[in-house]
Amino acid sequence: MNSAFLVVVLITGIALVGAALLIAGWLSPRSFNPQKGEAYECGIPTRGDSWMQFKVGYYLFAILYLMFDVETVFLFPWAVILRDVGVAGLASIAFFMVILVLGLVYAWKKGALEWK
Amino acid sequence: MYDFSIITSWIDSFLRQYLPEWGALLIEFVLIGVALLLLYALIALFLIYFERKVCAFFQCRLGPNRVGPYGVIQSVADMFKMLIKELIRLNHVDQFLFNLAPYLVITASMLAFGCLPFGRGLQVLDFNIGIFFLIAASSIGILGILLAGWSSNNKFTLVGAIRSGAQMISYELSIGLSIITIVTLAGTMSISGIVEAQQNGWFIFTGHIPAIVAFLIYLVAGTAETNRGPFDLPEAESELTAGYHTEYSGMHFGFFYLAEYLNLFIVSGVATTLFLGGWMPLHIPGWEAFNNVMDYIPSIIWFFGKCVVIMWVIIWFKWTFPRLRIDQLLKLEWKYLLPLSLVNLAVMSILVVLGWHF
Repeated sequence: MNSAFLVVVLITGIALVGAALLIAGWLSPRSFNPQKGEAYECGIPTRGDSWMQFKVGYYLFAILYLMFDVETVFLFPWAVILRDVGVAGLASIAFFMVILVLGLVYAWKKGALEWK
Repeated sequence: MYDFSIITSWIDSFLRQYLPEWGALLIEFVLIGVALLLLYALIALFLIYFERKVCAFFQCRLGPNRVGPYGVIQSVADMFKMLIKELIRLNHVDQFLFNLAPYLVITASMLAFGCLPFGRGLQVLDFNIGIFFLIAASSIGILGILLAGWSSNNKFTLVGAIRSGAQMISYELSIGLSIITIVTLAGTMSISGIVEAQQNGWFIFTGHIPAIVAFLIYLVAGTAETNRGPFDLPEAESELTAGYHTEYSGMHFGFFYLAEYLNLFIVSGVATTLFLGGWMPLHIPGWEAFNNVMDYIPSIIWFFGKCVVIMWVIIWFKWTFPRLRIDQLLKLEWKYLLPLSLVNLAVMSILVVLGWHF
Protein backbone atom coordinates (compact mmCIF):
# COMPACT_ATOMS: atom_id res chain seq x y z
CA MET A 1 0.00 0.00 0.00
CA ASN A 2 2.81 2.36 0.91
CA SER A 3 4.50 1.91 -2.46
CA ALA A 4 1.20 2.83 -4.15
CA PHE A 5 1.20 6.06 -2.14
CA LEU A 6 4.80 6.63 -3.22
CA VAL A 7 3.72 6.45 -6.87
CA VAL A 8 0.82 8.82 -6.12
CA VAL A 9 3.15 11.39 -4.56
CA LEU A 10 5.60 11.06 -7.47
CA ILE A 11 2.82 11.59 -10.01
CA THR A 12 1.57 14.58 -7.99
CA GLY A 13 4.99 16.20 -8.17
CA ILE A 14 5.30 15.62 -11.91
CA ALA A 15 1.70 16.74 -12.49
CA LEU A 16 2.32 20.00 -10.60
CA VAL A 17 5.21 20.93 -12.91
CA GLY A 18 3.44 19.69 -16.04
CA ALA A 19 0.17 21.47 -15.32
CA ALA A 20 1.83 24.74 -14.32
CA LEU A 21 3.95 24.71 -17.48
CA LEU A 22 0.87 23.98 -19.57
CA ILE A 23 -1.03 26.92 -18.04
CA ALA A 24 2.01 29.17 -18.38
CA GLY A 25 2.47 28.16 -22.01
CA TRP A 26 -1.18 28.92 -22.66
CA LEU A 27 -1.29 32.29 -20.88
CA SER A 28 2.14 33.69 -21.61
CA PRO A 29 3.06 35.79 -24.64
CA ARG A 30 5.48 34.38 -27.15
CA SER A 31 7.84 36.39 -29.27
CA PHE A 32 11.10 35.48 -30.90
CA ASN A 33 14.17 37.61 -31.08
CA PRO A 34 17.68 36.28 -31.65
CA GLN A 35 19.07 38.64 -29.00
CA LYS A 36 16.71 37.24 -26.39
CA GLY A 37 18.14 33.75 -26.67
CA GLU A 38 21.65 34.87 -25.77
CA ALA A 39 23.30 34.05 -22.45
CA TYR A 40 22.31 36.44 -19.65
CA GLU A 41 25.77 37.57 -18.66
CA CYS A 42 27.19 41.05 -19.07
CA GLY A 43 25.58 42.50 -22.15
CA ILE A 44 28.61 41.96 -24.33
CA PRO A 45 28.75 38.76 -26.44
CA THR A 46 29.82 35.71 -24.41
CA ARG A 47 33.27 34.33 -25.11
CA GLY A 48 33.40 30.59 -25.61
CA ASP A 49 31.42 27.76 -24.13
CA SER A 50 30.65 27.39 -20.44
CA TRP A 51 31.06 23.61 -20.47
CA MET A 52 34.66 23.80 -19.39
CA GLN A 53 37.02 22.82 -16.59
CA PHE A 54 36.41 24.08 -13.07
CA LYS A 55 38.31 24.10 -9.82
CA VAL A 56 39.51 20.69 -8.63
CA GLY A 57 38.82 21.61 -4.99
CA TYR A 58 35.14 20.80 -5.41
CA TYR A 59 36.09 17.32 -6.63
CA LEU A 60 38.12 16.60 -3.49
CA PHE A 61 35.14 17.48 -1.29
CA ALA A 62 32.91 15.27 -3.43
CA ILE A 63 35.24 12.29 -2.82
CA LEU A 64 35.35 12.98 0.93
CA TYR A 65 31.57 13.22 0.92
CA LEU A 66 31.27 9.80 -0.73
CA MET A 67 33.40 8.26 2.01
CA PHE A 68 31.31 9.75 4.81
CA ASP A 69 27.97 9.19 3.14
CA VAL A 70 28.57 5.45 2.89
CA GLU A 71 29.40 5.56 6.59
CA THR A 72 26.05 7.23 7.25
CA VAL A 73 24.24 4.46 5.42
CA PHE A 74 25.97 1.85 7.61
CA LEU A 75 25.17 3.77 10.78
CA PHE A 76 21.40 3.90 10.26
CA PRO A 77 20.60 0.18 10.86
CA TRP A 78 23.07 0.18 13.75
CA ALA A 79 21.31 3.14 15.35
CA VAL A 80 17.96 1.33 15.24
CA ILE A 81 19.13 -1.80 17.08
CA LEU A 82 21.66 -0.15 19.41
CA ARG A 83 19.37 -0.53 22.43
CA ASP A 84 19.09 -4.30 21.92
CA VAL A 85 22.75 -5.09 21.23
CA GLY A 86 24.07 -2.83 24.00
CA VAL A 87 27.77 -2.58 24.76
CA ALA A 88 28.71 -5.12 22.05
CA GLY A 89 27.19 -2.85 19.42
CA LEU A 90 29.01 0.14 20.85
CA ALA A 91 32.35 -1.68 20.73
CA SER A 92 31.91 -2.98 17.21
CA ILE A 93 30.92 0.40 15.77
CA ALA A 94 33.84 2.02 17.60
CA PHE A 95 36.33 0.13 15.36
CA PHE A 96 34.47 1.27 12.26
CA MET A 97 34.33 4.87 13.42
CA VAL A 98 38.00 4.96 14.43
CA ILE A 99 39.05 3.88 10.93
CA LEU A 100 36.79 6.53 9.37
CA VAL A 101 37.97 9.29 11.68
CA LEU A 102 41.55 8.29 10.83
CA GLY A 103 40.60 8.87 7.19
CA LEU A 104 39.29 12.34 8.03
CA VAL A 105 42.44 13.11 10.06
CA TYR A 106 44.59 11.98 7.12
CA ALA A 107 42.67 14.23 4.72
CA TRP A 108 42.99 17.10 7.20
CA LYS A 109 46.77 16.62 7.63
CA LYS A 110 47.23 16.31 3.85
CA GLY A 111 45.53 19.67 3.44
CA ALA A 112 42.53 18.38 1.47
CA LEU A 113 40.22 20.47 3.65
CA GLU A 114 42.05 23.71 2.88
CA TRP A 115 40.63 25.90 0.12
CA LYS A 116 43.51 27.04 -2.05
CA MET B 1 -6.84 14.24 21.17
CA TYR B 2 -8.59 14.29 17.81
CA ASP B 3 -7.44 11.58 15.42
CA PHE B 4 -7.57 12.52 11.75
CA SER B 5 -7.63 8.87 10.67
CA ILE B 6 -11.33 8.91 11.67
CA ILE B 7 -12.00 11.21 8.70
CA THR B 8 -9.89 9.21 6.27
CA SER B 9 -11.37 5.86 7.28
CA TRP B 10 -14.88 7.37 7.07
CA ILE B 11 -14.18 8.55 3.49
CA ASP B 12 -12.77 5.10 2.70
CA SER B 13 -15.82 3.20 3.97
CA PHE B 14 -18.18 5.73 2.35
CA LEU B 15 -16.56 5.25 -1.06
CA ARG B 16 -16.48 1.46 -0.72
CA GLN B 17 -20.26 1.41 -0.15
CA TYR B 18 -20.98 2.73 -3.61
CA LEU B 19 -17.96 1.76 -5.70
CA PRO B 20 -15.94 -1.38 -6.45
CA GLU B 21 -12.58 -1.58 -4.70
CA TRP B 22 -10.46 -0.27 -7.57
CA GLY B 23 -12.78 2.70 -8.07
CA ALA B 24 -12.66 3.64 -4.39
CA LEU B 25 -8.87 3.34 -4.38
CA LEU B 26 -8.58 5.46 -7.52
CA ILE B 27 -10.71 8.24 -6.05
CA GLU B 28 -8.73 8.11 -2.80
CA PHE B 29 -5.46 8.42 -4.69
CA VAL B 30 -6.79 11.43 -6.60
CA LEU B 31 -7.98 12.98 -3.33
CA ILE B 32 -4.56 12.47 -1.74
CA GLY B 33 -2.86 14.04 -4.74
CA VAL B 34 -5.18 17.06 -4.76
CA ALA B 35 -4.83 17.55 -1.01
CA LEU B 36 -1.03 17.42 -1.25
CA LEU B 37 -1.00 19.88 -4.15
CA LEU B 38 -3.27 22.32 -2.31
CA LEU B 39 -1.24 22.13 0.89
CA TYR B 40 2.00 22.50 -1.08
CA ALA B 41 0.76 25.61 -2.90
CA LEU B 42 -0.80 27.14 0.23
CA ILE B 43 2.35 26.67 2.30
CA ALA B 44 4.48 28.17 -0.47
CA LEU B 45 2.20 31.22 -0.76
CA PHE B 46 2.11 31.66 3.01
CA LEU B 47 5.89 31.35 3.29
CA ILE B 48 6.58 33.93 0.58
CA TYR B 49 4.32 36.42 2.36
CA PHE B 50 5.76 35.48 5.78
CA GLU B 51 9.35 35.92 4.66
CA ARG B 52 8.66 39.27 3.02
CA LYS B 53 6.83 40.58 6.08
CA VAL B 54 9.43 39.35 8.58
CA CYS B 55 12.26 40.75 6.48
CA ALA B 56 10.44 44.06 6.22
CA PHE B 57 10.00 44.29 9.98
CA PHE B 58 13.66 43.47 10.56
CA GLN B 59 14.55 46.38 8.31
CA CYS B 60 11.95 48.78 9.80
CA ARG B 61 9.81 48.74 6.66
CA LEU B 62 6.15 47.81 6.21
CA GLY B 63 6.57 45.15 3.55
CA PRO B 64 3.76 44.25 1.12
CA ASN B 65 0.62 46.16 2.19
CA ARG B 66 -1.28 47.09 -0.98
CA VAL B 67 -2.92 43.91 -2.28
CA GLY B 68 -5.64 42.93 0.15
CA PRO B 69 -5.69 43.67 3.89
CA TYR B 70 -2.07 43.87 5.16
CA GLY B 71 -0.97 42.63 1.73
CA VAL B 72 -2.03 39.03 2.37
CA ILE B 73 -2.96 38.40 -1.28
CA GLN B 74 0.37 39.73 -2.52
CA SER B 75 1.89 36.29 -3.07
CA VAL B 76 -1.23 35.10 -4.95
CA ALA B 77 -0.85 38.09 -7.26
CA ASP B 78 2.83 37.25 -7.66
CA MET B 79 1.93 33.70 -8.61
CA PHE B 80 -0.40 34.91 -11.37
CA LYS B 81 2.22 37.34 -12.57
CA MET B 82 4.72 34.50 -12.81
CA LEU B 83 2.26 32.37 -14.77
CA ILE B 84 1.71 35.02 -17.45
CA LYS B 85 5.41 35.78 -17.96
CA GLU B 86 7.00 34.54 -21.14
CA LEU B 87 9.04 31.31 -21.09
CA ILE B 88 12.01 32.50 -23.13
CA ARG B 89 13.49 29.90 -25.49
CA LEU B 90 17.26 30.08 -25.33
CA ASN B 91 19.41 29.05 -28.24
CA HIS B 92 22.50 27.80 -26.47
CA VAL B 93 21.23 25.49 -23.72
CA ASP B 94 20.92 21.71 -23.46
CA GLN B 95 17.13 21.65 -23.95
CA PHE B 96 16.43 18.22 -22.46
CA LEU B 97 18.36 18.72 -19.21
CA PHE B 98 17.24 22.35 -18.98
CA ASN B 99 13.59 21.26 -18.97
CA LEU B 100 14.21 18.21 -16.77
CA ALA B 101 15.76 20.17 -13.88
CA PRO B 102 12.51 21.79 -12.54
CA TYR B 103 10.84 18.37 -12.52
CA LEU B 104 13.63 16.92 -10.38
CA VAL B 105 13.65 19.83 -7.95
CA ILE B 106 9.88 19.85 -7.45
CA THR B 107 9.48 16.06 -7.32
CA ALA B 108 12.22 15.77 -4.69
CA SER B 109 10.58 18.36 -2.46
CA MET B 110 7.15 16.79 -3.02
CA LEU B 111 8.44 13.34 -1.97
CA ALA B 112 9.97 14.76 1.19
CA PHE B 113 6.82 16.79 1.82
CA GLY B 114 4.69 13.63 1.66
CA CYS B 115 6.72 12.10 4.50
CA LEU B 116 5.95 14.82 7.04
CA PRO B 117 3.45 14.02 9.81
CA PHE B 118 1.03 16.96 9.79
CA GLY B 119 -1.14 15.63 12.58
CA ARG B 120 -2.31 12.48 14.28
CA GLY B 121 -3.22 10.17 11.38
CA LEU B 122 -2.33 12.80 8.77
CA GLN B 123 0.69 11.37 6.99
CA VAL B 124 0.83 10.14 3.40
CA LEU B 125 4.09 8.19 3.28
CA ASP B 126 4.82 6.25 6.45
CA PHE B 127 7.63 3.78 5.70
CA ASN B 128 9.49 1.84 8.36
CA ILE B 129 12.64 3.56 7.04
CA GLY B 130 10.79 6.91 6.92
CA ILE B 131 13.45 9.40 7.97
CA PHE B 132 16.08 7.67 5.84
CA PHE B 133 13.78 7.84 2.83
CA LEU B 134 13.19 11.52 3.52
CA ILE B 135 16.92 12.38 3.36
CA ALA B 136 17.32 10.21 0.26
CA ALA B 137 14.38 11.87 -1.50
CA SER B 138 15.41 15.40 -0.63
CA SER B 139 18.95 14.84 -1.96
CA ILE B 140 17.51 14.34 -5.46
CA GLY B 141 16.98 18.10 -5.37
CA ILE B 142 20.77 18.64 -5.48
CA LEU B 143 20.80 16.79 -8.79
CA GLY B 144 18.15 19.14 -10.17
CA ILE B 145 20.13 22.21 -9.12
CA LEU B 146 23.36 20.84 -10.61
CA LEU B 147 21.58 20.01 -13.88
CA ALA B 148 19.96 23.46 -14.00
CA GLY B 149 23.28 25.21 -13.64
CA TRP B 150 25.17 22.93 -15.98
CA SER B 151 22.62 22.81 -18.79
CA SER B 152 22.15 26.60 -18.92
CA ASN B 153 25.59 27.04 -20.53
CA ASN B 154 26.29 30.25 -18.65
CA LYS B 155 29.29 30.94 -16.45
CA PHE B 156 27.23 32.39 -13.60
CA THR B 157 24.95 29.39 -13.45
CA LEU B 158 27.85 26.95 -13.62
CA VAL B 159 29.64 28.58 -10.69
CA GLY B 160 26.37 28.78 -8.76
CA ALA B 161 25.49 25.15 -9.37
CA ILE B 162 28.91 23.82 -8.42
CA ARG B 163 29.01 25.90 -5.26
CA SER B 164 25.54 24.68 -4.44
CA GLY B 165 26.54 21.06 -5.03
CA ALA B 166 29.61 21.36 -2.78
CA GLN B 167 27.60 23.11 -0.09
CA MET B 168 24.61 20.78 -0.08
CA ILE B 169 26.55 17.52 -0.12
CA SER B 170 28.85 18.77 2.65
CA TYR B 171 26.07 19.86 4.97
CA GLU B 172 24.12 16.69 4.29
CA LEU B 173 26.72 14.83 6.39
CA SER B 174 25.90 16.90 9.47
CA ILE B 175 22.19 16.52 8.82
CA GLY B 176 22.60 12.75 8.49
CA LEU B 177 24.67 12.49 11.68
CA SER B 178 22.29 14.60 13.76
CA ILE B 179 19.37 12.52 12.49
CA ILE B 180 21.26 9.33 13.44
CA THR B 181 21.72 10.81 16.93
CA ILE B 182 17.95 11.01 17.27
CA VAL B 183 17.36 7.59 15.66
CA THR B 184 19.69 6.13 18.31
CA LEU B 185 17.55 7.69 21.00
CA ALA B 186 14.22 6.70 19.42
CA GLY B 187 15.26 3.20 18.35
CA THR B 188 13.24 3.45 15.14
CA MET B 189 13.49 5.09 11.72
CA SER B 190 9.76 5.29 11.07
CA ILE B 191 8.53 8.87 11.32
CA SER B 192 5.30 7.97 13.11
CA GLY B 193 7.34 5.81 15.51
CA ILE B 194 9.67 8.72 16.28
CA VAL B 195 6.68 10.97 17.03
CA GLU B 196 5.04 8.31 19.22
CA ALA B 197 8.29 7.89 21.17
CA GLN B 198 8.06 11.55 22.23
CA GLN B 199 4.72 11.16 23.98
CA ASN B 200 6.18 11.72 27.43
CA GLY B 201 8.57 14.48 26.52
CA TRP B 202 10.10 15.90 23.38
CA PHE B 203 13.54 14.57 22.46
CA ILE B 204 15.14 17.96 22.95
CA PHE B 205 14.19 17.69 26.64
CA THR B 206 14.68 13.95 27.20
CA GLY B 207 17.95 13.59 25.27
CA HIS B 208 20.21 15.55 27.63
CA ILE B 209 22.85 17.80 26.04
CA PRO B 210 23.52 15.63 22.92
CA ALA B 211 19.96 16.21 21.69
CA ILE B 212 20.29 19.97 22.11
CA VAL B 213 23.66 19.97 20.32
CA ALA B 214 22.16 17.83 17.54
CA PHE B 215 19.27 20.29 17.25
CA LEU B 216 21.62 23.25 16.86
CA ILE B 217 23.76 21.37 14.31
CA TYR B 218 20.62 20.41 12.42
CA LEU B 219 19.41 24.01 12.39
CA VAL B 220 22.71 25.32 10.97
CA ALA B 221 23.09 22.50 8.44
CA GLY B 222 19.44 22.73 7.46
CA THR B 223 19.79 26.44 6.73
CA ALA B 224 22.75 25.61 4.51
CA GLU B 225 20.80 22.82 2.84
CA THR B 226 18.07 25.23 1.72
CA ASN B 227 20.64 27.62 0.16
CA ARG B 228 19.39 30.41 2.39
CA GLY B 229 20.52 32.89 4.91
CA PRO B 230 24.22 33.33 5.47
CA PHE B 231 24.78 30.32 3.20
CA ASP B 232 23.17 31.77 0.05
CA LEU B 233 26.35 31.89 -2.00
CA PRO B 234 24.98 29.61 -4.77
CA GLU B 235 22.65 32.45 -5.69
CA ALA B 236 24.65 35.37 -4.37
CA GLU B 237 22.95 38.16 -6.26
CA SER B 238 25.79 40.63 -5.87
CA GLU B 239 28.29 38.36 -7.62
CA LEU B 240 26.38 35.73 -9.63
CA THR B 241 23.23 37.55 -10.83
CA ALA B 242 20.85 34.84 -9.60
CA GLY B 243 23.12 31.80 -9.37
CA TYR B 244 22.00 28.51 -10.83
CA HIS B 245 18.61 29.78 -12.08
CA THR B 246 19.84 32.88 -13.91
CA GLU B 247 18.71 31.57 -17.30
CA TYR B 248 15.27 30.44 -16.18
CA SER B 249 12.36 32.74 -16.89
CA GLY B 250 8.69 32.92 -15.97
CA MET B 251 7.22 29.81 -14.38
CA HIS B 252 10.47 27.88 -14.91
CA PHE B 253 12.06 30.19 -12.37
CA GLY B 254 8.91 29.91 -10.28
CA PHE B 255 9.56 26.21 -9.71
CA PHE B 256 12.97 26.86 -8.19
CA TYR B 257 11.49 29.60 -6.05
CA LEU B 258 8.68 27.27 -4.93
CA ALA B 259 11.07 24.41 -4.17
CA GLU B 260 13.33 26.70 -2.17
CA TYR B 261 10.50 27.78 0.11
CA LEU B 262 9.14 24.26 0.40
CA ASN B 263 12.62 23.05 1.36
CA LEU B 264 12.59 25.63 4.13
CA PHE B 265 9.31 24.17 5.32
CA ILE B 266 10.61 20.59 5.04
CA VAL B 267 13.74 21.41 7.05
CA SER B 268 11.67 22.99 9.80
CA GLY B 269 9.13 20.15 9.60
CA VAL B 270 11.87 17.55 10.10
CA ALA B 271 13.36 19.57 12.96
CA THR B 272 9.90 19.69 14.53
CA THR B 273 9.37 15.96 14.07
CA LEU B 274 12.75 14.88 15.38
CA PHE B 275 13.41 17.31 18.20
CA LEU B 276 10.22 19.10 19.15
CA GLY B 277 7.84 16.16 19.23
CA GLY B 278 6.09 16.53 15.86
CA TRP B 279 2.41 16.98 16.51
CA MET B 280 2.72 15.91 20.17
CA PRO B 281 1.48 18.56 22.63
CA LEU B 282 3.72 19.93 25.36
CA HIS B 283 3.39 17.78 28.47
CA ILE B 284 4.92 18.51 31.85
CA PRO B 285 4.89 15.44 34.12
CA GLY B 286 2.72 16.03 37.16
CA TRP B 287 0.81 19.02 35.84
CA GLU B 288 -2.45 17.19 35.05
CA ALA B 289 -4.64 20.23 34.35
CA PHE B 290 -2.00 21.84 32.14
CA ASN B 291 -1.58 18.60 30.16
CA ASN B 292 -5.32 18.32 29.61
CA VAL B 293 -5.52 21.87 28.29
CA MET B 294 -2.60 21.16 25.96
CA ASP B 295 -4.27 17.97 24.73
CA TYR B 296 -7.30 20.02 23.77
CA ILE B 297 -5.35 21.94 21.08
CA PRO B 298 -5.55 19.98 17.78
CA SER B 299 -2.39 18.16 16.66
CA ILE B 300 -2.23 19.96 13.31
CA ILE B 301 -1.97 23.33 15.09
CA TRP B 302 0.88 22.01 17.24
CA PHE B 303 2.77 20.86 14.16
CA PHE B 304 2.33 24.04 12.14
CA GLY B 305 2.92 26.24 15.18
CA LYS B 306 6.29 24.64 15.88
CA CYS B 307 7.16 24.80 12.19
CA VAL B 308 6.42 28.51 12.04
CA VAL B 309 8.65 29.15 15.05
CA ILE B 310 11.59 27.29 13.47
CA MET B 311 11.02 28.95 10.10
CA TRP B 312 11.03 32.30 11.84
CA VAL B 313 14.39 31.47 13.41
CA ILE B 314 15.82 30.45 10.02
CA ILE B 315 14.56 33.68 8.44
CA TRP B 316 16.06 35.56 11.37
CA PHE B 317 19.46 33.99 10.50
CA LYS B 318 19.11 35.27 6.96
CA TRP B 319 18.59 38.88 7.96
CA THR B 320 21.22 38.88 10.71
CA PHE B 321 24.40 37.27 9.40
CA PRO B 322 26.46 38.38 6.41
CA ARG B 323 27.14 35.85 3.66
CA LEU B 324 30.02 33.40 4.14
CA ARG B 325 32.80 32.84 1.62
CA ILE B 326 33.09 29.38 0.04
CA ASP B 327 36.25 28.53 2.00
CA GLN B 328 34.69 29.64 5.29
CA LEU B 329 31.60 27.61 4.44
CA LEU B 330 33.49 24.38 3.81
CA LYS B 331 35.75 25.00 6.82
CA LEU B 332 32.70 25.42 9.07
CA GLU B 333 31.30 22.11 7.91
CA TRP B 334 34.38 19.90 7.66
CA LYS B 335 36.45 21.27 10.54
CA TYR B 336 33.78 22.20 13.07
CA LEU B 337 30.34 20.71 12.48
CA LEU B 338 31.41 17.25 11.26
CA PRO B 339 33.84 16.44 14.14
CA LEU B 340 31.34 17.95 16.59
CA SER B 341 28.48 15.81 15.31
CA LEU B 342 30.67 12.66 15.38
CA VAL B 343 31.56 13.30 19.03
CA ASN B 344 27.93 14.12 19.74
CA LEU B 345 26.80 10.82 18.21
CA ALA B 346 29.34 8.92 20.33
CA VAL B 347 28.13 10.62 23.52
CA MET B 348 24.51 9.93 22.65
CA SER B 349 25.13 6.24 21.91
CA ILE B 350 26.96 5.82 25.23
CA LEU B 351 24.03 7.49 27.01
CA VAL B 352 21.53 5.21 25.28
CA VAL B 353 23.50 2.01 25.97
CA LEU B 354 23.95 2.88 29.64
CA GLY B 355 20.30 3.92 29.89
CA TRP B 356 21.04 7.40 31.21
CA HIS B 357 18.46 9.14 29.07
CA PHE B 358 15.05 10.01 30.53
